[in-house]
Amino acid sequence: MERITKEQVKHVAHLARLSVTEKEVETFTEQLDAIIGFAEQLNELDTDNVEPTTHVLDIHNVLREDEQRPSLEREEALKNAPDQEDGQVKVPSVLE
Amino acid sequence: MSILEESFSSIHKKLKDKDVKVTELVDASYERIKEVDEKVQAFLTLNEEEARQHAEKLDQAIQNDEANNVLFGLPAGIKDNIVTNGLRTTCASQLLANFEPVHNATVMDKLHAQETVTVGKLNMDEFAMGSSNENSGFQTTRNPWNVEYVPGGSSGGSAAAVAAGEVAFALGSDTGGSIRQPASYCGVVGLKPTYGRVSRFGLVAFASSLDQIGPLTRTVEDNAYVLREIAGHCRKDSTSADVEVPDYLSSLKQDVKGLRIAVPKEYLGEGVHEDVKKHVLDALKVLEDQGATWEEVSLPHSQYAVAAYYLLASSEASANLARFDGVRYGVRSENANNLIDMYKETRSQGFGDEVKRRIMLGTFALSSGYYDAYYKKAQKVRTLIKQDFDQILNDYDVVIGPTAPTTAFKVGEKINDPLTMYANDILTIPVNLAGVPAISVPCGFSEGLPVGLQIISKPFAEGTVYRVAHAYEQATEHHKAKPEL
Repeated sequence: MERITKEQVKHVAHLARLSVTEKEVETFTEQLDAIIGFAEQLNELDTDNVEPTTHVLDIHNVLREDEQRPSLEREEALKNAPDQEDGQVKVPSVLE
Repeated sequence: MSILEESFSSIHKKLKDKDVKVTELVDASYERIKEVDEKVQAFLTLNEEEARQHAEKLDQAIQNDEANNVLFGLPAGIKDNIVTNGLRTTCASQLLANFEPVHNATVMDKLHAQETVTVGKLNMDEFAMGSSNENSGFQTTRNPWNVEYVPGGSSGGSAAAVAAGEVAFALGSDTGGSIRQPASYCGVVGLKPTYGRVSRFGLVAFASSLDQIGPLTRTVEDNAYVLREIAGHCRKDSTSADVEVPDYLSSLKQDVKGLRIAVPKEYLGEGVHEDVKKHVLDALKVLEDQGATWEEVSLPHSQYAVAAYYLLASSEASANLARFDGVRYGVRSENANNLIDMYKETRSQGFGDEVKRRIMLGTFALSSGYYDAYYKKAQKVRTLIKQDFDQILNDYDVVIGPTAPTTAFKVGEKINDPLTMYANDILTIPVNLAGVPAISVPCGFSEGLPVGLQIISKPFAEGTVYRVAHAYEQATEHHKAKPEL
């Protein structure tokens, strides 16, 4: 049975902000299907009473005082920006 | 023998005695790079002008007897996903081909405090996703033992540069084996510290719950010297552990008498090459001769680790790599008229196939309707794998097995089959899922290619890992072998 369809791959590519060609859709459908098929072996394990692990260390709520500290200068923050204007990052139009 | 192939303590003594200068160490590094890097292709960016200036400054300091740390003046190579202020950091991705960080990773500040000299930035699989360096957006690093073969990955540049004698040591990062597997393939020593042992601040995130920075060196002692300086709590990384850094060097002086070793049968089973098995069993014999004992055990969920890992690591990657959108940094695509298309075109042109594949897998595993079946299921399996280790490490001091099931494979051999490539990491991945420390040390050769021995211990027991690795290394000659280039 097909686990992943081409339509799903196109949808996921959109969510991930990737543009994909028809050929890539085909390759990804095939490869993701194989990887997901491989991952389904996890269903052999009964995990009903198992807690998920998000993190291995016993660390919770790392807090600090809300005090002023030095941060990047504007010039430095903009140093790598592909486009900028008036000390701000510039992007293509957001609204049509 | 090049001075860079001597032990840190030997180089340090020569510096203190003024028998050698830092400028000579740095010269030796760049000379070796010029001699062999066309073949090895370990470096993406050289820092030559600055490194030479730094070395001259350090030679002045030696005159005033300021060389107080064993790392003083040592030429280091840094994996290109560790940010270096003002020095191009690409993560081996075309998307970051022009990225010049405006700050340092914590590990870089810590190394600079000990006056190591940054020689350049090392190649890797793009964003640390891969086991061969073939996923680099720039070049494929070669294995110094045979340039037809891969160096392993993702820290392949780091392992190859150390093996080829281009640097005194290198830093790498390990998410599912990315320090240990290339260390194994290239015949050097590579440590993945306990999760939280070394600050991840300034390590470009791949899978934040798994990533750790660690040293690659020629010997265990050298490795301990580097970890001693880069380990410790950091307020800029909320996942860094506030646990004291012990004196790793004094651990090396202890023997292994009475040490209890667990050998998981899953680590010597199907798919593990006969020569690799033989070398691991020989290594156990060496430790036995020194008074350690070993028993076969089971880590019953090992076979599920690769599947759980690829779901978890890819899910975390899909979120972490969302920041590469061409807005604040990176190479922005010019072929777009609106914002969404700009994101899509930038990412599609900038990322390579493996990175796209994992972003797609992760986005799928986290998407509505699939989250419980894939992502959450994998998190639960992670718990089972962690419990396997907790139990075994309650009864034994260390777990020992091979680092990788085989020696290095040929360039091009596995590149078209992601699942076969992923299976390479079957013996290293469980360690990251459990968050425990592990080292790879050279333990022999198979058809001219190095084999690695993996030693795993409890959280924050890097001292135990080093003690066992050092005892083994000192009783054998494997670490003295050098590739001919």
